[in-house]
Amino acid sequence: MNREPDIERLYQQHSRRVLATLIRLLGDFDMAEEAMQEAFMAAVQQWPEQGMPDNPAAWLIRTGQRRGIDQIRRRQTTRQHAHLVVPEEPVASLDERSIQHDPLRLLFTCCHPSLALDERVALTLREMCALTTEQVARALLLKPATLAQRIVRAKRKLSDAGIPYEVPDARELPERLPDVLRVIYLVFNEGYSRTAGESLLDVSLSGEAMELAEALARLLPRGEVFGLQALMRLHDARRDARQGPDGELIPLEEQDRSRWDRQRIREGLLGLERALALSPTGPYTLQASIAAEHARSPSAEATDWARIVKLYEALYQQQPSPVIALNRAVALAMRDGPQVGLRQLETLEGHKAIVNYHLFHAARGDLHRRAGQPREARIAYERALALSVQEPERRFLERRLGELDQPER
Amino acid sequence: MKYAALVYYQERLIEAMSEQEWRDLNQECLAGVERLTDQGHFLAGQALQPVESAASVRLRDGEVLISDGPFAETKEQLAGFYLLEARDLNEAVQLASRIPPARFGTTEVRPVRELPPRDTGAES
Repeated sequence: MNREPDIERLYQQHSRRVLATLIRLLGDFDMAEEAMQEAFMAAVQQWPEQGMPDNPAAWLIRTGQRRGIDQIRRRQTTRQHAHLVVPEEPVASLDERSIQHDPLRLLFTCCHPSLALDERVALTLREMCALTTEQVARALLLKPATLAQRIVRAKRKLSDAGIPYEVPDARELPERLPDVLRVIYLVFNEGYSRTAGESLLDVSLSGEAMELAEALARLLPRGEVFGLQALMRLHDARRDARQGPDGELIPLEEQDRSRWDRQRIREGLLGLERALALSPTGPYTLQASIAAEHARSPSAEATDWARIVKLYEALYQQQPSPVIALNRAVALAMRDGPQVGLRQLETLEGHKAIVNYHLFHAARGDLHRRAGQPREARIAYERALALSVQEPERRFLERRLGELDQPER
Repeated sequence: MKYAALVYYQERLIEAMSEQEWRDLNQECLAGVERLTDQGHFLAGQALQPVESAASVRLRDGEVLISDGPFAETKEQLAGFYLLEARDLNEAVQLASRIPPARFGTTEVRPVRELPPRDTGAES
């Protein structure tokens, strides 16, 4: 008799790919999940006696498909499952190329524009990252029942709307790819924005996001995919340097750059090189280019601010948002002095969204401070503090306010 | 992960059923358990007698107090329980949605809580 196969490990290794393919073959999320469970059950029973098949994933897919078809035949009579169509018999649909692309199909389906953004995030984390409902809920600070409902609703929408399970064709891709990248970046930021909290969790959202981008880059090597990958790596490289011992945020120009992860930076720069080799250059690639300028520079003073201003201008051309204008103004101030930056910021005060954005006021406070205007700086920092909810940022702002008291009166 | 699925419904809905409807419901439940068992999800479970057969026990100041039934104000009564093995809450909910009384009652799904290991140092 063969050594008993380690089912737990096989599950870790194959379950997501098997599921992605079964969803395509059976045309239904829940049915596929059930069929996959049955396939693993069958494996537990049969493999110890018959030995492990040469290609476990293919075996699981075939077995799951057969069980699924049986199940559909049995249930087709009931109204609840009227949408299910008995799929074609196995073999024909099991070619390697199709199977390889199934995780990509699943990702595009999870990020489909017919779903609300929070539904896309929930579905992607559960279906693509193999996290449990409870893990996703903890990571997103939601109640498990809320998240379970969100996932059920999202799946129902997909099945009601008859969303095809496919990677968009070349014509549609430029429009659909940003949806997927946005979800991945959102997942990354969700984790990255609260490192202190994240270290307590068993899930690293930023790690999951980087893995998703890696899988995506393997299957869909587009410029913006590499661009996003580079951007996340370059941010991730600064992870340990951006918080002080008391958990306060340390702004980029004050970070101890020797604590930046050089290996990660190299990986990021490599990704950026790939991204830049492919046109057109999109917003993630531009943001990664900006992050790369910081990563390459030994200090804030030595940074090529002129180039960063240019990159922000290019980014603003593509995405004329007030937040990008804010960042551009800050870079401009680094190049031409705080007064120039302040004048730029004044032009943004008409945007409702931006005057309630804590970072707008934090930036104003900084520029006034550097311009030697502590009174104005105080007003701005206090406004920022009132609008800020995240603890590391609040501590940073409190420190700044404290520092304003120090110098000559 | 283990989940308890607690099945509640209004007993008067059952009382109003015809003999045939009641038999069909039971058969459907049996088939459901069979399927859950085949798929490795069913760990334990049992249907319960009507609530009027219940006794509630309390121990107060060392005295055992027994009263009949849980209290009548509750609209739905506990009618049965399942102990399920599922990957996560979504899978457990999906399995629970196949328990037939979910159509007219409520099935509460809850992850089980593992008790901490027994203190070994304490007196035995």
